[in-house]
Amino acid sequence: MANQEVDQSKRRFLVAATATMGGVATVGVAVPFIKSMLPSERAKAAGAPVEVDVAKIESGAMITVEWQGKPVWIVNRSKEMLELLTNHNGKLTDADCSVPQQPEYCKAPTRSIKPEYMVVIGICTHLGCSPSPKLKAGEEGMGADWPGGFFCPCHGSKFDLAGRVFQGSPAPTNLIVPPYKYLSDTRVLIGEDGKGA
Amino acid sequence: MEKYLTGVLNWVDERFPLTANWKAHLSEYYAPKNFNFWYYFGSLALLVLVIQIVTGIFLTMNYKPDANLAFASVEYIMRDVSWGWLIRYMHSTGASMFFVVVYLHMFRGLLYGSHRNPRELIWLFGVAIFLCLMGEAFFGYLLPWGQMSFWGAQVIVNLFTSIPFIGPDVSLWLRGDFTISDATLNRFFAFHVIALPLVLLGLVAAHIIALHEVGSNNPDGIEIKKHKDPKTGIPLDGIPFHPYYTVKDIVGVVVFLVVFSAIVFFGPEMSGYFLEANNFIPADPMKTPPHIAPVWYFTPYYSILRAVPPMFGSQFPGVVAMGSSVVVFALLPWLDRSPVKSIRYRGSKYKAWLAAFVVSFLVLGYLGTEVTTVWGTFGQGVPVVGGVDRATVAARVFTLVYFLFFALMPFYTRSDKTKPVPERVTG
Repeated sequence: MANQEVDQSKRRFLVAATATMGGVATVGVAVPFIKSMLPSERAKAAGAPVEVDVAKIESGAMITVEWQGKPVWIVNRSKEMLELLTNHNGKLTDADCSVPQQPEYCKAPTRSIKPEYMVVIGICTHLGCSPSPKLKAGEEGMGADWPGGFFCPCHGSKFDLAGRVFQGSPAPTNLIVPPYKYLSDTRVLIGEDGKGA
Repeated sequence: MEKYLTGVLNWVDERFPLTANWKAHLSEYYAPKNFNFWYYFGSLALLVLVIQIVTGIFLTMNYKPDANLAFASVEYIMRDVSWGWLIRYMHSTGASMFFVVVYLHMFRGLLYGSHRNPRELIWLFGVAIFLCLMGEAFFGYLLPWGQMSFWGAQVIVNLFTSIPFIGPDVSLWLRGDFTISDATLNRFFAFHVIALPLVLLGLVAAHIIALHEVGSNNPDGIEIKKHKDPKTGIPLDGIPFHPYYTVKDIVGVVVFLVVFSAIVFFGPEMSGYFLEANNFIPADPMKTPPHIAPVWYFTPYYSILRAVPPMFGSQFPGVVAMGSSVVVFALLPWLDRSPVKSIRYRGSKYKAWLAAFVVSFLVLGYLGTEVTTVWGTFGQGVPVVGGVDRATVAARVFTLVYFLFFALMPFYTRSDKTKPVPERVTG
């Protein structure tokens, strides 16, 4: 044994093969550990769609419901509110909703299925704070030309009553409209639209 | 008796290099004899690490990492557990003091060129320790489950959402839920009490082993190993770490503990800088506090994040700027091209740039604790910046200075007029 010549190429092959197999095994074992950090079945179940009756919301009022742990705002926009929505397109970053922050069926200036009911996720697209509602036009501290909307207290982003972001805000995009559908005339299911979203 | 002890020591030494290690790292580790005030902070950082580990262990005995119980368990520690308030305030004060001593320790490096050849690896291990420490602070801050814990974590995890393509999945994976929740709290607890501390201890060991391999730098920035006693091989300007520097460091420890105790006993909240008022309100995922600011030690980077406007419909550039502002420290050993290491022999250019950097760091740090409207808004008539918050403009200017300190370093350090370096340390 001792005076046998070492076959260097065979040794290199064995070292490389062992290292490769060891590496593959390590990566393979890492997969379940990494996947264990994804949302659990319970978390996914808790993120199931939420049903809301919008009939009880007065005109011009807003309610907040929880979906997947996030605040979802539903505003019953009055006639005046809807009219004001059309007057400030020039001040918006993305008035035409070209960035896909909403399902296709909400890609309109009102960003909703029914014009009066706004449904958006109340989380600022800047860094995830929850903006405060400033629904009334000209509300105190928002300036005389304020058309009604939302103001993020963290970094000062402003959104209109369709969740569209005003220029000069740190938030880069409009608020997200979740997938939703009407089960009846006034019952909304948030989180599912039957279109695979 | 002594014969018996020597016998025990010999028995151990034959099986474990106890005496050899004692000599290599303490009694026969020769450090330059001219260490000054700035050399306290390394050993103080080690002291704070010990304080954090010990107080942390005792806190876990009563803390509950559960979204329904966490907030109340911290209050339980504060009110009902014997001496719980002391242990918790030591831990929260320790967190801030950790950053105080580490920032001063890093600044010492910038003063005397401690990051320069042959100490690049010591510096890199140090940067890794700094990153690890930031992780510890961030994960730990969620645990009390107050409003600031919750929304701070929300903001930071959302930073990952802005990564192109994979961002939303990455932040979902980090949270383990669609929002910051019990799952997030539980895993942050695991990172805070076991994962990162293990890494941190390993890195600290590597930092010290690397230091003891090449030997300590000193305020003159010259190598004491160049002049050794021909007989003993001991550097002529070196003195054994123990007893000389162990005793010196004890003085530093005493002074530090006076300051530390004063904070723990008389102002543990430090007017909201160490413990924020909003964190005494339980976390509420439906309501953001009116003003979100990180704890003071993160505010310079937070300012940089806020200073960068969104580009191409994305917040990502700001996130990249913030990340770079921390990681860029790792490049220092290679950016600095000066023929001398210590600020004592450098020219005016480096001194001016270092001063500008320190001012930027402090102003950005201050601005990060305030809302962007703190200095009001420029009038509409002002050219270019009309209608923009003054503080935002200031943050942009100082962010630029911050990065220019690094970006221009190869040029101003090379062209700087240096003074001749002495052969032996000057005391």
